[in-house]
Amino acid sequence: MRAGRRLPLNRSGAFGLVLVAVVAGAALLAPLLSPYGPVDSNLVRSLEPPSAEHWMGTDQLGRDMFTRILYGARVSLAIGLITVGVSGAIGLVVGIVAGYLGGITDIVTMRIVDVWLSFPFILLALTVSAILGIGLQNIILTLIITGWVVYARLVRGEVLALKALDYVEAARALGAHENRIIFRHLLPNLWTPIIILSSLQVAQFIVAEAAISFLGFGVQPPMASWGNMLNEGKTYIYNAWWMTTFPGLALVLTALGVNLVGDWLRDTLDPRLKF
Amino acid sequence: MVQFVARRLLEAAVVVLLALTAVFSLQFLAGDPVKLFLPTDTTPKQIEEFRERLGFNDPWLVQYGRFMRGAIRGDFGNSLRQGEPALGLVMQRLPATLSLSAVAMALALGVAIPVGVISAARRNSWFDHAGIGATVLGQAIPGFWLGLMLIYVFAVWLNVLPTGGRGTWAHFILPSITLSAFVAARFARLTRSMMLDVLSQDYIRTARAKGLGPPRVLYKHALKNASLPIVTLLALQLGQLLGGAVITETIFAWPGVGRFLVQALLNRDFPVVLVGVFLTAVVYSGLNLAADMAYAWLNPRIRYQ
Repeated sequence: MRAGRRLPLNRSGAFGLVLVAVVAGAALLAPLLSPYGPVDSNLVRSLEPPSAEHWMGTDQLGRDMFTRILYGARVSLAIGLITVGVSGAIGLVVGIVAGYLGGITDIVTMRIVDVWLSFPFILLALTVSAILGIGLQNIILTLIITGWVVYARLVRGEVLALKALDYVEAARALGAHENRIIFRHLLPNLWTPIIILSSLQVAQFIVAEAAISFLGFGVQPPMASWGNMLNEGKTYIYNAWWMTTFPGLALVLTALGVNLVGDWLRDTLDPRLKF
Repeated sequence: MVQFVARRLLEAAVVVLLALTAVFSLQFLAGDPVKLFLPTDTTPKQIEEFRERLGFNDPWLVQYGRFMRGAIRGDFGNSLRQGEPALGLVMQRLPATLSLSAVAMALALGVAIPVGVISAARRNSWFDHAGIGATVLGQAIPGFWLGLMLIYVFAVWLNVLPTGGRGTWAHFILPSITLSAFVAARFARLTRSMMLDVLSQDYIRTARAKGLGPPRVLYKHALKNASLPIVTLLALQLGQLLGGAVITETIFAWPGVGRFLVQALLNRDFPVVLVGVFLTAVVYSGLNLAADMAYAWLNPRIRYQ
């Protein structure tokens, strides 16, 4: 992307990028950064406060909290990226089809989108996740099922606007094939809004996964997810503050980093977008 | 205006009917709906009896017709746990949720609008920077973690507020702060940016030039003109509060619809889940409709589009 080289970086954007890089580094290098494994328990040393050996303390099974937070970053980032990628692709296709074909296809698709959006996101995700059942795959599926609609609505709106522009009209008048119009003339103009929306959606999906796992659906122990760690920590809130503090901080810093990057992308790439 | 209202009402009715269909279809998402309604250790014979009794052996269309007929009359079946009509059980818990949402919204507006106005009026001051920092943080902190931290600090460590439940005004404090944080951050950001837009307009300069005091210019002239998007966001965010209530109520053991729904999901009590999800969709669509109407009423240009 040509614009990529010319993006002026502001302070909050840079701070966001640093946060995201730290979290990504933690996720990638987890085995190198900690001598412990994420599910290595040691009951003799359960519920120990932070110390030189266990920087963030240990949980009720004596597992090292720092290690579990590092591995939790893998779960969070993987879920954020996969769900955004797949739901974005689905929304892109649906949005282009609805916006380009128009007519009855558009009406039907947009009614479906309206219905999807008539449920608060977290409630719908929670319900779908309870129906599909627990586990990593199902939480990913849940977020895809609930997440594609925002992309479909955005893309459809953009396509409608682009379709009316003179250069698209001109291409059609010259007898360009539909595929050529879609791939050469529409698609390149859709990337910017999609990238901006995706950067904001990543944070929303990561927090949604944590919330759903926190409530006992989604990612199940012993696999480390920040949400299920907070759920376990809630039980020990009277005697182990570190079990709720550190996974939550990791979640906040990740969401903050991704949001700042998203805000920066939106402000620099396309200030007229508001979402 | 009448035509506009009629058209939007009709659209909302269609969305509600379709939402009902979506709720009905949700049951089939995992394949066999009967599995959702029964504990995992049920024998095949019991499953078959249950299937027959609830009519899951009928053709899909017949089931759909029966569901819609019941739903329109407010009959979603009985709670599988409590044996009472699911709708009644959810409605009983509605006042608790509404009172918490109302307090949270009042708190959010009460904090966010003055913060947004002052931030805009003193652009680039320390107050503005602190305000922006707080709103960015407020949008990144998930409600459930904020709730846990507030419980730790105020209920466990300082021991000055209850950890959960409902009864006195003190019970409102922590859940309403938790629920309002995200919404307050959105309002403060929006108020600030709208005020910045408005403050650069000519009529503000005129108001200042004719010698009006700063508070009068800010609140009477500027805020009034900046309020249009704020009103719209108000209705939309009230809907978001209902979603947020699911998590906040669970953390603080608040006896409202949200906590009841989470328990129903954990207990696989699907008639209750369907009612809860459907009612939320109705309220949510109603609020969206209210936002549209408020917008059209405040800004007549919209009506003719």
